[in-house]
Amino acid sequence: MIRFGFAALALALMFAPAVAQPGTAPTIPQSALIQAAALADELKAGAAPTILQVGFSLLYAQAHIPGAVYAGPGNKEEGIDNLRTRAKTLAKDKPLVIYCGCCPWEKCPNIAAAWKELTAEGFKNLKVLYLADNFGADWADKGYPVTRGS
Amino acid sequence: MRLAALVLSCLIAPALCCIAPLRARAAPVPVIAGSRAPDFTRAGFDGKPVTLSVYRGKVVLLDFWASWCAPCLEEMPDLINLQKQNGGKLQVIGVSMDDGSDAAKSITKRFSFNYPLLMGDAQFGNLYGGVLGLPEIYLISRDGKVLKRWRGDMKSGELDQAVKAAVG
Repeated sequence: MIRFGFAALALALMFAPAVAQPGTAPTIPQSALIQAAALADELKAGAAPTILQVGFSLLYAQAHIPGAVYAGPGNKEEGIDNLRTRAKTLAKDKPLVIYCGCCPWEKCPNIAAAWKELTAEGFKNLKVLYLADNFGADWADKGYPVTRGS
Repeated sequence: MRLAALVLSCLIAPALCCIAPLRARAAPVPVIAGSRAPDFTRAGFDGKPVTLSVYRGKVVLLDFWASWCAPCLEEMPDLINLQKQNGGKLQVIGVSMDDGSDAAKSITKRFSFNYPLLMGDAQFGNLYGGVLGLPEIYLISRDGKVLKRWRGDMKSGELDQAVKAAVG
């Protein structure tokens, strides 16, 4: 009986779906994501939401989405404080998009913490820009608009 | 004649002042395979200058990394090994894209680096067409041309194979 229990447990672990690590980007639900093409369409249509870049300032300084405001980095307490300060100036029912794109989605140290903070603060229309590899490969290289300089 | 030159210079100088900031904000030129790798000189973490063109005659791996970039840190033992195995023919150079040097320099306690490390910044990133995500690695030929650029995660063994082919 015990042997059967171990075997069942081993099989269950073998076929269990990959579980997202706490605090990483894959913990963000699919329903909270917006794809790059969809956001680019909104920008093109002149219906841009408020956009916050919650990654690293050096990446923001090189290139960011036009109109995006720097509010990071999400992996540091001072970055979350920066985000809280910025969030106080925003209406909680208006569309808000956050993004990072510092590195591959599953390994991003910033985006999940920023999403968690804003969700806890009650932002009801919050979307997270899904960038599979990074901002360069999934946004700039695809010809979507960027602004350079801080 | 002198007066004309003076008037002309008075007209041109302000115009140049206006153009300069515009040029500084112009979109960086992408550095792709086949193009010349932009030269640079920067102080390394040890204070010694690191100049790309000094390594002409060797294959160069230019690695943009940061302390917060997990895949960059995963690649570091491989880069250290590649430098060890191909020391005479290959030079690895690591450019940190951290927001501050303290975090970058803390990484030197985790790995025994056998290649120079230096701090990058937005200007450095723009020199290479904008380093808009990490890891980003350039494989540069002995004559200073970009052979390959990797942006984001790479497949296991891909870097080793490319370096082997480049060093011959």
